Order: sequence, then structure tokens, then C-alpha cells
Amino acid sequence: MENLKQTKDIAFLMDSEELQDATMKRRSFLKYTGASAAGLALLAAGCKKDRNDDMGIRLGEGDIGILNYAYALEQLEAAFYTRVAATPNTGLSSAEAALFVDIRDHEIAHREFFKAALGNKAIGNLEVDFSSINFTNRDSILSAAKAFEDLGVSAYNGAGRLIQSADYLLLAGKIVSVEARHAALIRDLISNGTFADTTVVNTNGLDLSRSPGQVLAIAKAYIKTEISLTGLPNY
Amino acid sequence: MNILNIIDEIEKIDGDLSERLNPRRKAMQAISGFGGKIALTALPFALGSMFKKAYGQTSTTAQVVEVLQFALTLEYLEAEFYTKGLSTATFTIPSEAARGALTTIRDHENAHVTFLKNTISSLNATPVSKPTFDFTAKGTFPTVFSNYDTFLAVSQAFEDTGVRAYKGQAGNLIGSNAVLTAALNIHSVEARHASHIRQMRKARGASVKPWITGNDSGIGASVQAIYNGEETDTQAGIKITGIGGLSISASAATEAFDEPLTKDQVLAIVTPFIV
Repeated sequence: MENLKQTKDIAFLMDSEELQDATMKRRSFLKYTGASAAGLALLAAGCKKDRNDDMGIRLGEGDIGILNYAYALEQLEAAFYTRVAATPNTGLSSAEAALFVDIRDHEIAHREFFKAALGNKAIGNLEVDFSSINFTNRDSILSAAKAFEDLGVSAYNGAGRLIQSADYLLLAGKIVSVEARHAALIRDLISNGTFADTTVVNTNGLDLSRSPGQVLAIAKAYIKTEISLTGLPNY
Repeated sequence: MNILNIIDEIEKIDGDLSERLNPRRKAMQAISGFGGKIALTALPFALGSMFKKAYGQTSTTAQVVEVLQFALTLEYLEAEFYTKGLSTATFTIPSEAARGALTTIRDHENAHVTFLKNTISSLNATPVSKPTFDFTAKGTFPTVFSNYDTFLAVSQAFEDTGVRAYKGQAGNLIGSNAVLTAALNIHSVEARHASHIRQMRKARGASVKPWITGNDSGIGASVQAIYNGEETDTQAGIKITGIGGLSISASAATEAFDEPLTKDQVLAIVTPFIV
């Protein structure tokens, strides 16, 4: 009977709007339930995505959350390439600079697309932090570009399973292959032939994928605005 | 019977349980529903159906296998193409860098074949057998294994087709997280290949970029079906050219998004390569 009572408790909690919106902080949530050990284990499992993420902007839940997540990453990329294109002495050759302008425009197109698609659900402009990048040094630019593009590919690959709408999944697919084209080019500019080397492609011939939590943990080195994982689909 | 401990225990053994139960919230709402409305004796049945959904995926396995068999056929095509090109003694590959890149791609395509066969077998289906290929496409590319530029053009055509083909199948894999993720991970590798092959062609004077501009193949009419549709500059009803009042050109707008092909479109493209 004890178990039945726990189940009822959880039933009540799961039905509550607050929990479904994942806005209830974990600490008060647990205090509120007063659940016993077995229940705590389950509740902890249920809440582990939300831990320590109450700071920062919320991207939203479900597909809106994923779209804002993509919007955030595209803001980061677009800002980076915009800065490269605006820097006079990058050390890039003119042919390379022209390709970077193409990539800048692709990333701006992605950013603006998500902004328009999200409408009033879109997050605001993120503040970026490029202090670790030397924009007058070709190697530094290429190294950062490689990091952004490989991260972007792994982010879209890893987010696919979290997307509920087939339309949005297709849109993510339309973008990720362009990011992969970018990544391959940047890698070849650094060292020809590394477009799909073993640092990104495993022995099964599979590219990397990363969960939103993993991606944002890496991306935050370049983003001043704090982004919360609360509510965002993750694994 | 302790329902909560059951889930907890399975989580210890199967760290992916929470993913299998995805979306978690729906699963939890299912539990909550039982607790509130169904007698305790009904719980095992209800829980059983929840796990069946998580592990069995009975309703979609046939669909998933169909996608994998389709993908396997394309990977057979690519794998044999590079294997043959690299092993044809009379075919001159002009540099070690080029041979290295083609070897990398060949190895990936072979790995994809093995991976897809294993995945199909794991779903209790028999992988389709490799067709007999004609890489001249019934005479369209007679110099495919004697002229390096023809070889690279066919390579680009295959890679760009692969990207579009996988993209078109993603929606059929929703709910099968492991397979969907693997398919996406192959999809982006094909795009990396396409980017590199396009750079190789560019270095030899072809008018191509690593990405697809409009519906321009940079090859000719013989492969146009692979590029038709890439010229769209509207995504989800949103026009990308000049989006947000910014100077995004029509070319950039089409380059920024790769388009899918349906299975039928892909089969029409590869049929001339199959004897």
C-alpha cells in the first residue's frame, strides 16, 4: 500500500502544471513531495536534467526549446563569421575570405530563419564572448571555425531524436548537411584531407552527435549570456 | 510489487531507459494516470505495454528496416564505386593527397555497409544483397574509370544524392532514436565527403563550391535530377533571400539549406547504375 500511495503522490505531482513546465526548483520540489527512498530515486531520475540550471534564459520546452537551441547556436556562428568578415587583416587569402563570406551569409540565413519561424517565442539576442579568438590570425580563426562547425554538426545530429515534428526534423536536416559542408572545408583549409578524420568520424563511419547539455557546456565558453537547460529536451 | 523500484532497477541496468521511454513526460503521465485511475492489479499490464513501446517498437520496425535497406543499397553503390576506382590499375589518380582522400571516403562507405547490415540483422531482417552495378550508367559516363574528372563528377553526384536521400528518410525514423541518430550521423559524413569532392573538382577547374548553389550541378544535364529542387529559397513558408531585410542573396539562400529527395526520386537517379 505504501507504493500505491507513492504512485498517487507522483500522479498528483505529474498532473501539476508547475512540474510539467519544469519551473519548480528541484529542492522545493523534493521537499514538497516528502517521498520515500524508492520514490526519491525515481524523482531524482526524473529531475536530473534540470539540476542546477535555474540560472539563465530558458529556451522553452519541446520543439520550441529545440528551435531556440538551434537559434542560439546560429546566433553564435553568425556573430563569429560577421566579425571575421569585418576584420581587415585576418591573414586569410582572398579565396578563403570569399568562402568565409559565403559561410557568414549561410549562418545569417539560418539565424534569421529561426528568428522568423519562432516569432514571439524566440529568445533575445545572445551576448557572445570571442575574447579567446585572435581575429587577425588565420590559424586562430580557422581553429575557432572548425570548433563551431564540428560542434554545430554534432548538435543537430544529437538534437534530431528530440524533435517531435517531422517538418522541424527535416529543417534541421536541411541545415546540418550545410554545416557539415562548412566543417569539411574549414578542416581542409587547416590541413588538406582532414574533412572527415577520426577525430569526428568513428570506425562505423558515423559522425559525432552531442546532447543539448553537452553542446551548451562547450558553447558557453563563447557565450556570455547564461542559458538554462531547464525545460529543454535533453538526454 | 514496487513499481517505482522496478523502473529504478532497470535504470541501473539500462542507462538508456529514460531515453527509451522518451518522451519521458508522456511515460510519467502514463504512470500517473494508472495511479490515479486504475486499480493496482492493472499496473503490471499497463507497465508492460509501456516497456513494450520503449523496447519493441513493433509498429515501426518494418518502416525502419525499409529505410535501412534503401540506405544499404546506396552505400553498396558508393562503396563499390570507390573500391573499384582505387583498385583499377589503369586508372590514374594524380596525387597522393587525392588517393588518400578517396581512400578515406571508401573506408567510410564500406563501414556504412557493414553498419547498416548489422543494424538490419539486429532487427531480425535479412539485409538486401548487393546489386550488380554499371558505373557508366548504361553508357552515360563511359570514362568513369579512365578519366579522373569524370570519376570525380560521378563521385560528387553520388555524395550529393546520398545527402539528399538520407535527409528524405529522417522523418520515417522518428521514435527510433538509435537508428535516427545513426542515420543522421551517416548523413553528415556524406555531406563532408561531398564538400571535399567538390573542393577537389574546384581545384581542377570545375565551377563548384563545397555547397550547392541553386540547382547547378557543375556537371551537366546528365545529373540534373540530382540537383532539381535545390533552387528553393523558401523554408517553412519563409523567404530566405533578403530575410530580415539583410543582404542575403538568392544564391546564399539556396546554399544555406540542402533539400531532400524522396525514395522514388533517388531510385530513379540510381537505377541507370544498376544492371
